[in-house]
Amino acid sequence: MKELVVKGGTVVDATGSRRADVLIRNGAVAGVGEGLDGERVLDASGCIVAPGLVDLHAHLRQPGREEAETVETAARAAALGGYTAVVAMPNTDPPIDSAAVVREVLDLGTGAACDVRVAGAITVGRRGDQLAPMAEMAAMGVRLFTDDGSGVQDARLMRRALEYASALGVTLAQHCEDEALAAGGHMHEGEWSSRLGIPGIPAAAEEVMVARDIALARLTGAPVHFLHLSTAGAVELVRLAKAAGVPVTAEAAPHHFTLTHAEVASYDPVFKVNPPLRTEADVAAVKAGLADGTLDAVATDHAPHPQEDKEEPFDQAPPGMLGLETALPLALTELDLPVERVVALLSWQPAHIAALDGEHGGPVVEGRPANLCVFDPAEAWVVEPERLASRSRNTPYAGRKLTGRVRHTILRGEPVVVDGEAQR
Amino acid sequence: MQTIDAMGVDAIIVRHASAGVPWQVASWVDASVINAGDGWHEHPTQALLDCYTIRERVSSLAGLRIAIVGDVKHSRVARSDVLAFTALGADVTLVAPPTLLPPSLAGWPVEVSHDVDDVLPKTDVVYLLRMQRERQTEALLPSLREYTARFGLTRERARLLADDALVMHPGPMNRGVEIAAEVADLPRSVITRQVANGVAVRMAVLFLLLGAGRR
Repeated sequence: MKELVVKGGTVVDATGSRRADVLIRNGAVAGVGEGLDGERVLDASGCIVAPGLVDLHAHLRQPGREEAETVETAARAAALGGYTAVVAMPNTDPPIDSAAVVREVLDLGTGAACDVRVAGAITVGRRGDQLAPMAEMAAMGVRLFTDDGSGVQDARLMRRALEYASALGVTLAQHCEDEALAAGGHMHEGEWSSRLGIPGIPAAAEEVMVARDIALARLTGAPVHFLHLSTAGAVELVRLAKAAGVPVTAEAAPHHFTLTHAEVASYDPVFKVNPPLRTEADVAAVKAGLADGTLDAVATDHAPHPQEDKEEPFDQAPPGMLGLETALPLALTELDLPVERVVALLSWQPAHIAALDGEHGGPVVEGRPANLCVFDPAEAWVVEPERLASRSRNTPYAGRKLTGRVRHTILRGEPVVVDGEAQR
Repeated sequence: MQTIDAMGVDAIIVRHASAGVPWQVASWVDASVINAGDGWHEHPTQALLDCYTIRERVSSLAGLRIAIVGDVKHSRVARSDVLAFTALGADVTLVAPPTLLPPSLAGWPVEVSHDVDDVLPKTDVVYLLRMQRERQTEALLPSLREYTARFGLTRERARLLADDALVMHPGPMNRGVEIAAEVADLPRSVITRQVANGVAVRMAVLFLLLGAGRR
């Protein structure tokens, strides 16, 4: 393999930031310093050179919904967004609740534009009534389990799952939504749902399950990761739990710190997502949680849907929005955090939660795998849905001007994105 | 919808169980779109005919005290009437148990009461909403019987109204639930005028949008 030099950028990782070129050889970082040269040079002037981003939460839709997305197209979108690893959610058809389906998705990810890891289901069929074979899936490298799309409703079953998981060294991740409270709801319950006549999902539907699982994490000692937290109350519960030493981590999705329920006034189902877009106060609380460390990661909840599904009436359209290609610029511009903190939230912190930190998110030093994201924090661009690499077009940011763009993505020394163009 | 539009129709009248569908349709077609009721959201022509029916009896809605009683939460009629009545200067009070009010009334120019007996003597128009039977299975009400006892316009309760107060209802009525049969048939009840005026008002809407009013 040729030597590759990423030249002229500023390296940012968990150890800090410094002006340096990065020399890559045989898939690994071979040198970091000024004035390095190699056979192939990638220009990084004006750019941040960071460990590759890691998405804890992507719906790749394969197997079963290939008209919405495939592992290949999602991985390409991820690479263009600066990700070198994504964790595939298990709500596929069939769901990822057995070693066979884990194997299928991992195989589909072989040779993709980013590493594809898998989250297994906690319960068989994600039906919430019987534990899935977690040990069998853990033996294949699965480190995160969730019934995402729905939460485990039965508190006793969740308790047993946590106890069982604690012997496997894996983390359970919860989609926090009490189904009895959320039943029939299609947007945040509040001022806008009342005005628009759309049945609402109260913030409490999320918060009661966060509170319950904090209690269960305390009871069992097993770690719980909270997916896509969206309410001020949920953020505060996690803040208190962390202060009390309960082993919890949490993520937030970009749309929950950039958009509010007022968007639904358009009745455009592109703004339908679960958890729903909330109030301005919730957006502020999510941002504050990301700033003060209550929330550990930004995760996309990338959820592709074909156009015809998003042309249904609002209350019949499926929830979900694209996220992989817009997460980094949104975090850079909307969080008001230094770039080092933004990269932490998108790279090494999620990598640690997914137990991927051996390969992804680690410091850019000699000997480490060369999984890198090179982005220009100042480049402005406009989101054009038809130009996205995802097979679907359901971005809520169509026409929005974003600042910050990925220039190159390097996967194990191989440039998979060069000058903003996918190479795979 | 694009197929219908391609046929060259001038208007599409949309009535749909889902809120917002007329807005979605309007974004896809060139034809005029008339909302004939969308989910819990709005029923604009009902509001127009309600205003017209009041105007038949009273010269102006300005300062008129109107109580809308019942299941406001699930009512597109209530949402449109609140907009129309307040736009014409009326003072609107919503009367319902908390479970049948929208979760938030932020931005609604209305008063709220849970005590219909307190409101009726101070009301010029009492507007009763239809009570769906399934509300008692959704834990919104203990029973229709209890609803009628607390909020129904019974014969006794109707005596609390001023002599010239009007009784309205968008129909179809559940006689004996939100309104007693005898009350519905009183002279002060303009419920059948509402139905009759509905024809004229909807003709007027089509005329204004498609006929002379278009030019």
